[in-house]
Order: sequence, then C-alpha cells, then structure tokens
Amino acid sequence: MVAQAELPGKVFPVNLANQLSVAPGEIKDYLIKKAGEAVAKDEILAENKPLIKWFKTEIRSPVAGTIESVSSVTGQVLLREPPRVLQLLAYVNGAIVETIPQQGVVVETTCSLVQGIFGIGGETSGEIVMAVKAPDEPLTPSHITPAMKGKVVIGGSFLSADAMKQAKAVGVAGLVVGGIHDEDLRALLGYDLGVAITGTEQVGFTLILTEGFGTIPMAAKTFKLLSAHAGQKASISGATQIRAGVIRPEIIVPQAEAQTTKATQSQREGICCGDPVRIIRDPLFGRIGDVSALPTELIKIPTESEVRVLEVTLSDGSRVVVPRTNIEVIEGA
Amino acid sequence: MTVSTSTPPNIDRPLNVIVATDCGSTTTKAILIEKVGDQYRQTYRGEAPTTVEAPFEDVTRGVLNAIAEIEELSGRKILDGDKIITPCRDDKTGVDIYISTSSAGGGLQMMVTGVVQNMTGESAQRAALGAGAIVIDVLAANDGRLPHEKIERIRTMRPDMILMSGGTDGGAVTHVVEMAEYVAAAEPRPRFGVTYKLPLIYAGNKEAQPQVKKILEDKSALVITENIRPVLERENLAPARNKIHDLFLEHVMQQAPGYKKLIEMAGAPIMPTPAAVGLIMEAIAKREHLNLIGVDIGGATTDVFSVFDGVFNRTVSANLGMSYSVSNVLAEAGLPNIMRWVPFTIDEQTLRNRIKNKMIRPTTIPQTLDELQIEQAIAREALRLALIHHKSLATGLKGVQQERTISDVFEQQTSGKTLIDMLNLDLIVGSGGILSHAPRRIQSMLMMVDAYEPTGYTRLSVDSIFMMPHLGVLSTINEKAATDVFVRDCMVYLGTCVAPIGQGKDGVVCADYDITWPDGKTMKEQLRFGELRLFPLEASTQATVKVQPAKGVNMGAGAGVAVTQQVQGGVVGLLLDGRGRPLRFSSDQQSRVVALTKWFKAVELYPEPNVER
Repeated sequence: MVAQAELPGKVFPVNLANQLSVAPGEIKDYLIKKAGEAVAKDEILAENKPLIKWFKTEIRSPVAGTIESVSSVTGQVLLREPPRVLQLLAYVNGAIVETIPQQGVVVETTCSLVQGIFGIGGETSGEIVMAVKAPDEPLTPSHITPAMKGKVVIGGSFLSADAMKQAKAVGVAGLVVGGIHDEDLRALLGYDLGVAITGTEQVGFTLILTEGFGTIPMAAKTFKLLSAHAGQKASISGATQIRAGVIRPEIIVPQAEAQTTKATQSQREGICCGDPVRIIRDPLFGRIGDVSALPTELIKIPTESEVRVLEVTLSDGSRVVVPRTNIEVIEGA
Repeated sequence: MTVSTSTPPNIDRPLNVIVATDCGSTTTKAILIEKVGDQYRQTYRGEAPTTVEAPFEDVTRGVLNAIAEIEELSGRKILDGDKIITPCRDDKTGVDIYISTSSAGGGLQMMVTGVVQNMTGESAQRAALGAGAIVIDVLAANDGRLPHEKIERIRTMRPDMILMSGGTDGGAVTHVVEMAEYVAAAEPRPRFGVTYKLPLIYAGNKEAQPQVKKILEDKSALVITENIRPVLERENLAPARNKIHDLFLEHVMQQAPGYKKLIEMAGAPIMPTPAAVGLIMEAIAKREHLNLIGVDIGGATTDVFSVFDGVFNRTVSANLGMSYSVSNVLAEAGLPNIMRWVPFTIDEQTLRNRIKNKMIRPTTIPQTLDELQIEQAIAREALRLALIHHKSLATGLKGVQQERTISDVFEQQTSGKTLIDMLNLDLIVGSGGILSHAPRRIQSMLMMVDAYEPTGYTRLSVDSIFMMPHLGVLSTINEKAATDVFVRDCMVYLGTCVAPIGQGKDGVVCADYDITWPDGKTMKEQLRFGELRLFPLEASTQATVKVQPAKGVNMGAGAGVAVTQQVQGGVVGLLLDGRGRPLRFSSDQQSRVVALTKWFKAVELYPEPNVER
C-alpha cells in the first residue's frame, strides 16, 4: 500500500420544505439538526409542530452521515455520507523514489516489460504460467487447468470464447494471447465496445492482446521473453486508451538486481533497412519481416493513393511493398 | 496572448507572410501563406506528429517540427532555434505573424446545465457547441435523474469547464439555485491539473446571481455573464460563447503541456479547431448568401455545421470518427447499415476484426481496394449519423413561438422544428482526411451524396488539403487573406447533384431533363429510377438544367412541376441521381451488390478491375 485517502462520501439531498409543506425560508425553524452535525440513519432531521399530535410530520435521515448544508432558497438539506477510505496498492514490487505531493508516488523497479496492443480489466498480478508450447498454438479450454487459479496465463495465437469461459471458471488472474475475435469480446463484455478506453471492466480476469483481433501468432520475441520468466510474479494491467494520451496494456516482471543487464537501447531516428517490423493492416496483417528497401518517392498503391512505402522481406523470403504507416517496428530487437 | 477571442488584436503592420498551424490530436499541420502580387496564396505545407504526450509533453515541439518542414520546402528561414522570427526581416527570413488552432488533448470538454432539458438545457448546449466544445453531458431539473444521481454524475465526469444556465430573467430562482447546490456538493475536479479550480460560467436567471455566487464562488473559478435565455422567446448565446473562449485560453489551455509557450508564440489568440472551422463556414454562407451544411470528419469526432437563413449551428458527434472512434460507428450504425454500401460480400467476423484492428492502430491506411471501399462505407454511416444528430439540435426554440427576423420562412405551428431543410440547401462542404484525401474526387462527392441524400439541386465541395481551421483563425485578423486563400487554394468545387424526390421501380422514368451546356449545345434525355449519371462540367462553367419530374415525383416545386436552374460545374461535374429519395436498397444481397456495382461503374468510382468482382 502506497497511499490512503478518504474520498468524500456520496451526497443525498432531502427537500424538507416540500415534505413539511412549508416555505423554504422557514425550514430553519423546523430543523432539529444543524449544518455540520452528524446524523444516524432514520434519525429525525426536522419535524413540524402541529396543534394536534396526530398531524405531526417527522423527516428522517435516509443515510448516516453529516449535514453538509441547509438552503433557505430551495428548502433543501444536503446530507453527506461518511468518507470512504481508499487504500492504493503499489501495483509493482520496487522502491519509492519520489513522492509527488497531492498526486502520487514514483515506484522504481528493474523489470522486463512487454506492452500489449489492447486489453480489458484493471491491474492485477500473478505467477506467469505458459499454457501453450508455441506462439502459433491457440489457447483452448483443455489448456486451462485448476492449477492456474490466480495466475497470469500465456497463450499463443488465439483465445476462443470457450477458453474464456474456462478461464473464468478456474479463476485465472490474467490472460495474455495474440488475438481474439471481436464477436467473442462483445459476448464477454455484454456490449459492443465503441471507443478504446478500457481498464475498468469486471469480467473475472484481465485480458491482454499482444497483436490484435483475429487469429495472430504472438510475436516470437514476446513469447520467448514471457517463457523465460515463467514461474515469476508479473504485474499486469489491461487498461488501454487510444486517444488523448495513449495508454497500452502492460506486463511487468520485476527482476532481482543481479539477473539484469543494463538496457542498451539507444534513441533511434526513423526506420532503417534491416529493422524487424510487423505489418499492421490487411491483407498481410500480423506478418513479420525485415525492412529491405526504403524508397523516398511516393508510390501509387492499389487504392490509387500516392503514399510513402517500404519494402519488407517476409520470413519465407518473399518481398512485399507496404505503406509506411501500416507497419510497426518491433522494439528492443 | 490571452485577450478575448471576441476582440481580436489590432495588427497595424502589413501581413505579407503568415504561418499557421492546427494542432490536432494526432498531427500538427502547418501552412505558409504569402502575398503574391495583390493576392494571398497558400504556398507550402508541412506536418509533424503532435507532441502533447510523453516523452515530449510540449505541443510546441510538434509545431516547430511542422514549421521546419515548411522551411525545408520553401527555403525561407522561419525559425531561430525555438523561436519563430517575426516580423519578416527580408524576402527570405521570418514571417509577419504566427497563428494557431488546437484540438489536441481531446479538445474542449464541457458539461452544461439548465432547468428544462429541451429549453435552457438545449440553449446551453448550443452555446457550448458553437464555441467549439464537446458536450459530455446535459443536466437539467427534468432530465429524469434523481438528485444524488446528478451529483454522482458531476463527480465522475471530469469536464474542462461547466456552463450553467436556467430560468428567464426575473423568473423563479429555485431550480437554478438547486442545481448550483448540486454542483457545489459534487465538488467537480477539472480534467487537467490538480491545483487549479474548475472554470464555471453562470449564464442563467440574473436574479439568482447573488445566490449562485455565494454557493459556488469558493468551489470554482466562477464567471458570471448575461443570461443565454433572457426571455423564453430569445436566445442570447454570444456572451456565454465569448466567455467560454476566454476561459479556454486562460484556464484549460494553460494546463495542457506546452500551451503557455504556444500562446506566447502566437500573434493572435489560439482558437479551438472547431470554432475556427465554424467561423469560416459562417463566413462563406454570409458572403455568398447561401444555405449550407459543412462537415469535418476526423479520427475521433465528426463536426457538423449549418447555416440556414443566416442562423448558424454547430454540433459535434464526439464518438463518430474514422480511426479512434471507428468501432463506435459500427456499434451505432449496426453492421447491416455499413454493409449496404459495400459492393461485395464479406463475413461478419472478418469485418468486425478489421474494424477493431483499425481502432487499436488508428494511423494505418487502406492498402487494397476492398479496404478502401469498407472505409468509405463506414464514412457514409458516420456522416449520416452525425447529420441526424445535428438535425436534432439545430432547431428553433422549443416550447415557444419563435421571435426571429426570419420567422416568416418557417411554419409557426410547431416550435422546435429542425432548421435543416434539404430542399433549400445550396452547398455541402466536406473536410477531414477521408473526404480531403480520397484518391478520386468522385469518391468524396458520392460519399456525401449517399450520406446526406441531398434533394433538388445541391452543389458540393471539399477542403483541398484540410486548411479550414487555419483560415478560420486567420479571418479574425485579416479577412482578405483568409478569403483569398479560401477561394483559390482551399475550396475544391466538386460539382452539382440533381436528385428528384420520390421512389419508383428500377427502369421506370423518374424525370425528363434538358441540359444546355456552356457551349450552347443542348441535350434532352430521360432519367430512370435506379440510375446514376455523371456528366463532366468544368469548375468555372455553368449549365442550365431543366428537370420535368414524372407524376408523383418532386423537384422542390411540387409533384410533377418542372424546375429549371443554372448549375455550377466542378472537378467531378454534374451528377444526376435517379436512385430515388429516400434512398432504398434491395433486401436481397445479390441484387444490392448488382445495383451498387452498376452505380459505381456509372460514375467510375473505383479503378475498373475490382468493380467487376
């Protein structure tokens, strides 16, 4: 736990003037409690003083809390519930290196980091367990065993709706796979996801896609990295936001200091020949290859648009020409 | 500069070289405008990724990069390190002014409140939309939510600003004060920055001002302005809109990364992009005395503007767009509505996956013709839905008889009728990537015709390379420069669409038409239902078209009544649309594909081989 806060409680307005049938300006005369005082649930807030006792009206508090304000214009009393205590967990193991007043803390850890492309569900953690043997093997219900309860399960190319059900039944903490079908996502969420702002879904587990929608083998490098950390504790988050501040889902595996080597990645400028890339648009969606040429002039593609392109040599040796915006460089290679 | 946008600065020096940028959510686009002889022309263009995100977190980085590209292309030295050289030092050094618009960081997000939802609530919504904001919620005393639900809603939404309205001057104060109490109880937090107070504009019943001030003064950065609905019969939106612009600059923009620097760099106030586009649309309509609909379809949002009989309206459909929001178009329109525009069959699963993949990787572009056709099908639906949204808000005042100078034009029996009248529409202006950058201009034209279903005679145009925002802000400081560039470099006239209203069996005569071409030659033919015909007609020329509709078919003057009009040409030409209004599709998939293929072929919408598929 890195922080604790008391979130202001919910507010409940009670219109005393209406309920007592008096003018808003007069409610002060009928109030039993004053602004700032605490009230219990069903405690009397105000009552009238009729000549005959039978006609007495008592207004009771619908909630326990304090009286926030009394308005003589609207005849309303605002009640506020007691504050809710929120404990904020650190999410990853590490050391606090900075405290930002009124905002948060910076946690530093030496770790392996894998960024996904899309996810659902919030922060969770668990031991990494490899459910499949190869990155192009789909994750089926038979792969998911009761022993995977509370763990982060790594699949291969595809996660079916049945496997999702099984994962939920078993109670896995998280699933990391290459792709899923949009239809299955819709069935899982119960609605069609319109805008990619996720992280608060409650579907029983956190789901991270590393490649996209459809059946797409997980990048070999990602699969290898995760395999290397099988058995270790990982912190994962499915939160994705592809607008106004891009957030991608992540898998963080904190390391003991001795195991790590200093990252040597230097600041790169643009794409270069020989860079490993992934094609991110149909008809070759998900294919991986190396950049083999970077023509500078604009080229007319089949849609008749003139765009900047590059040539990719795929793993089978074939060469394809792709618009530059339709590839992504595989980082850390 | 943090002066009010309602009072643009007085610039006494001559403005011969102008550099303007638009900081969008993904790219920053810069254009250079130079005075060549007596006229202003847009000469060079540069773009760079917007840099409001980590690791840069400084919007000026992207601005400088985009300007650097102009420097390279033009050979003019504009930058001196991180500074823009102003004014011009000589023919090849500096610019006279730098101006900018911005929609980065999700634009301006507002929450508005009113007393009655479709009266003051709607007026407040129109004020906010007109100022270039995205309205994230409208709260009203009668919105059907319980008080504690309203408070919860205000707490969970994190707007950039709140506009409160309600009540006519001298009317009851209770409901307005009640709403102020809810807002105060919710203690709303701004979206950016934890250290500043949320800007809140009160533009309601003036009698309630003291109470509202007492309740909200300590909890927000409260600004009080004139009532937006002083009497039921009249809206007074300008003061509230000006205050929104001022607060946008003073509070919201100051919090966004690097904007303080950007404001100092600019020679005129930074405007929200949609407000600038709105200005230019309004200017066209006024100058040419037109009724127009303008649309700017972006990656995240689609903005629709309309000017009918001088009344300007703007709406923003926050989640209809071609990249970030593409999946929402599918969710809102439904798969069958998108598929009706696709001239081949594709299984649902593949299409759904493709659309979601575009959502998670929004910067990709269609590489094959199939993909382009699917994107343009989605664009048609996004445009159609955004116009439906616009029609529902661009209305006369509800609940009262209208008191407007143009009131005679409209029927007074029902109040709150939409102002959008497709028969009186003169011009449709399209802007945004999918329309401005379509490989063939006919594709832009047909997307708009299919989505809007114009009736009678309607002219269409597109923004050549997306520079309307730049020209909008330029028009506040130099009207002539903005007009010159707009006419010569920005607006590309596509042509005119002629579409009779009515429906009939395919092949049955819909109308007889006579066309007198610019060279004096004439042509007499028949337009049949289910037909689409395209005739070349150059941009600067006009033709006279007489349409004699068949029995039961209407060209705007009544069923069967002939209408003759001079029509303007364009880069596409004259489009005769006999597909009927409203457009109907066969429920049989095969016949639908046959019809689409026939139409697309008739206007050479796509390159030949794939139309044949």
